[in-house]
Amino acid sequence: MSYSLREAVNRVLSFFRSEQLDREVNEEMASHLEMAVEENLRRGLSAEEARRQALVRFGGVQQALEQHRESRTLPWVDVLRQDLRFGLRMLRRDLEFTVVAVLILAIGIGANIAVFSVVNTILLRPLPFRDAQQLVRIVEKDAQGGESGKTYTADATQDFQQQNRSFQSVSGYFAFTGPNNFKLSGNGQPTPATGMLVAQGFFETLAVEPALGRMFRPGEFVHHAQPAALLSYPYWKRQFSGDRSIIGRTVDLSDKVDLNNGSVTVVGVLPETFDFGAVFSLGAKVDLFVPYIMDDFREDGNDLALVARLKPGVSMGQAQSETDLLFPQFYAVHKHPEYGRPYTGQLTGLKEYVSGKLRRSLIVLWCAVGLILLIVCVNLSNLLLARASARGKEFAMRRALGAGRSRLVRQLLTESLVLATVGAVLGLGLAYVLLSYLAHQGSISLPLLAMVRVDGMVLEWTLLIAIGAAVLFGLAPGLRMSTGNLQEVLKDGGPGLSDSREHDRMRSTLVITEMAVACVLLVGAGLLLRSFLRVLDIDLGFEPSHAAAISVDYDDGGNAAKRAAIWQEVTSRSLMIPGVESAGISDNLPMSRNRSWGIAAKGEQKGDALNNLPVFVYIVSPGYLKAMGMRLIEGRDVSWDDISNNRAVVVINQTVARKVWPGQNPIGRTVVAGGADAEVIGVIADVRETGAEDNPGAQMYLPATKQFGPEGSYLVVRSKLPPATLAMSVMRTLRDINPGQSMTEFQPVQTLVDHATSPRRFFVLLVGTFACLGLLLAALGIYGVISYSVTRQTQEIGIRMALGATPWWVQFDVIWKTLQLALIGIAVGIIASLGLARLIASLLFQTAPSDPLTFAGMMALLGMVALLAGYVPARKASKIDPMIALRTN
Amino acid sequence: MGQSKLDLLQGTLDVMVLQTLEVLGPLHGYGIARRIEQVSGDHVLLNQGTIYASLVRLQQRGWIAAKWGTSENNRKAKFYSITKLGQKQLVKDTAHWQRLVGVMGRVLAMHGEGGER
Repeated sequence: MSYSLREAVNRVLSFFRSEQLDREVNEEMASHLEMAVEENLRRGLSAEEARRQALVRFGGVQQALEQHRESRTLPWVDVLRQDLRFGLRMLRRDLEFTVVAVLILAIGIGANIAVFSVVNTILLRPLPFRDAQQLVRIVEKDAQGGESGKTYTADATQDFQQQNRSFQSVSGYFAFTGPNNFKLSGNGQPTPATGMLVAQGFFETLAVEPALGRMFRPGEFVHHAQPAALLSYPYWKRQFSGDRSIIGRTVDLSDKVDLNNGSVTVVGVLPETFDFGAVFSLGAKVDLFVPYIMDDFREDGNDLALVARLKPGVSMGQAQSETDLLFPQFYAVHKHPEYGRPYTGQLTGLKEYVSGKLRRSLIVLWCAVGLILLIVCVNLSNLLLARASARGKEFAMRRALGAGRSRLVRQLLTESLVLATVGAVLGLGLAYVLLSYLAHQGSISLPLLAMVRVDGMVLEWTLLIAIGAAVLFGLAPGLRMSTGNLQEVLKDGGPGLSDSREHDRMRSTLVITEMAVACVLLVGAGLLLRSFLRVLDIDLGFEPSHAAAISVDYDDGGNAAKRAAIWQEVTSRSLMIPGVESAGISDNLPMSRNRSWGIAAKGEQKGDALNNLPVFVYIVSPGYLKAMGMRLIEGRDVSWDDISNNRAVVVINQTVARKVWPGQNPIGRTVVAGGADAEVIGVIADVRETGAEDNPGAQMYLPATKQFGPEGSYLVVRSKLPPATLAMSVMRTLRDINPGQSMTEFQPVQTLVDHATSPRRFFVLLVGTFACLGLLLAALGIYGVISYSVTRQTQEIGIRMALGATPWWVQFDVIWKTLQLALIGIAVGIIASLGLARLIASLLFQTAPSDPLTFAGMMALLGMVALLAGYVPARKASKIDPMIALRTN
Repeated sequence: MGQSKLDLLQGTLDVMVLQTLEVLGPLHGYGIARRIEQVSGDHVLLNQGTIYASLVRLQQRGWIAAKWGTSENNRKAKFYSITKLGQKQLVKDTAHWQRLVGVMGRVLAMHGEGGER
């Protein structure tokens, strides 16, 4: 029987070269006919007769071709072709249904593809590095004090690099880089640039290869080395128009903090796929990289964020035990053993570190779109069922003529598949647009979002859900339609009584399901929305509205007195700009980069935890607190006097006051802040430092004196005028003072807050959109069912009205039926929501998972929408003219 | 019903084609069709076109091979020839048909007697 196997293989193969085979056999047949004609001519027939007889003997070229095709290919392919052709014809005939179905599907599938792409990028796909599972992040256990608690000193890093046995390499980057910390001069106006300092071996640890040029050399990480820089791909494209000859050239690049003016050699360009901000520092757009020279930072405290690559075969557990052993032995600074050995080390897989916190939110989002797809399928099932009733006769006829049941189900499935395929293609387009939009949203601080795209995995997923959807919504009506009593359907005249009860029950069940699912979605979205409103309502401790900030460039030559003079000039001249109410300078802004030092009460024993409380530090000018809208509770702000007299004073926040001196007045006491003594002169209300939802930590504000040098400086201006109006005059003032001031953006402080709340906004927006979509679809579903039943009962309603039922009564009847369905759906939905809401409890903010207001609100909303959906057909029912209804069948 | 009749016809045609190629060597489609008509003495009036379905089927089973060539009067045509496998199959089919013919003959003869009685 080996020939049948060979035949099967050949049949499959010939399916793929159908065109060629057709061409060959056509050629063959043509030559066949000509030979026949020739022979007939030889036999003495006329040319015309010769041709005619040849054709007669051949017996139909088209049939021969059909036979040829039939015997060479797979039989089911032909059936499929038939089904497709027929299905397409049916769908074209019922264009309205087709368009609605395809649109609903496109939305459902599109939303699923988009969310899957996000989930795939953030959760499923490995980070875009070779053997990314070997990469880990090392931070302090139980990290406190913002970034400072997640970083290490140069000495501790070097000790770990030398002593560990578990890692191929350990490296890191400088965690306190603010945006626009560099200034590129040269052609035209100086432009700001964001530069990241990376320790030796950083790119090697990540296994990133340069796109052009080379990586840093070890010699470039030592004191007084020739400065070198690597450019990020987008920056190279944007700033240097992708000029390849930039490699090896020097550019005029200066660091705004240390003001090392000078020429820096561009040694390489990083690959396009490497996006530092997307992985390590959310929302940061890093333009270039420069070496972190350890010798320059020995005594600067914790500033390196560590990234390491495990040796092959070393487990996370083994590496963790070694880390636990080593870190407590390291001194923060070798030269100052008195600073102590404060370290622990917690290993977390880099992927987990980057996206672990989002896991739950994303899964919720994923479930939400899954529910949307479910509603879509249920809706389509309903639409198909309605069509099934209309096509009942057609199918009964086909069965009577001998079509098997499986053949009919297959026909219906093919139609569903065609719908789903068209829907999926449209949905893919929709998702593509949505994703390209999302990927370019710098304002949403989600990791890896910039890397979201449609890839092979996404396409597979699309295929999967399209087929799944087709089967799901095609099967129920298919099975229903192919059963049932033939004769009754054929006999019955109108869209009749035969399909009534059972169909009705099925359609009602579908609608109830839809309502219940929509209810779950709405409650979830409602809870998240309420949480979001709570977050927006939080007292941040400062007033982001009406304030804007700009990074200020100046050159003080490292002289504190000169800096004080410049700061004073900048603030006082800013205050002269019309419309400006207050102005001040700080080296850090809330909800952006942060750093912490220690604070302790001098000469008082407070117990271990309070001996050196981690505290966020801000080096400020007088007026900054006012410009930010922070509230002074007690005492006074720092003054220009404090600065010019180098007076060591500090303003603390309520958290510090409460922790260090509970119930006592802190004003006038002395603290050790960042290693120096300072007198407490004021207490301000707590400011939400790291984000709107995190509890405020300890904070202190120090005047920019000799002891406390700032790291960069931001001028904050408070004004009723919109920032765009002010921007010009502020820039003119700054340029007046320092012609080298770079063109940086004058940024509303609100954008910092928006950035911090953007992940929550993102989720609320998406889940909310899905919930509205679900509501709309459920409303459509309920409308469809009620409207259909009114149409079918036209006669019955006519009789009732003829017997004296008032239009009002008919209307009420229809609405009551709608409400019954809706109420059952809502009841089921509420019960399900009560269970499911607990699962998203950790995503809620100051909102109980069983928040009665949300539940009541959503119930009311669903009820109203259902009522509206029922009202339209109810009106139609009450307008039925008994005479017409009874006369027509 | 119609299906099985067609099957029988197809099967018959396949054996005829194999036998023709076995005896006459490589031939093109027209040649095979004409030869079958001649041999059968115009008892079989086949639509010549159906031969091509049979040819592609035999080819896919590996019983015949095909090659483009030129006919006696310089026309481009596909020439078919029987393969080793095809020869084996022909032996089997011939035996099968002879048995079938024998059986059919006896059965029909019996039917004839029965009808007279």
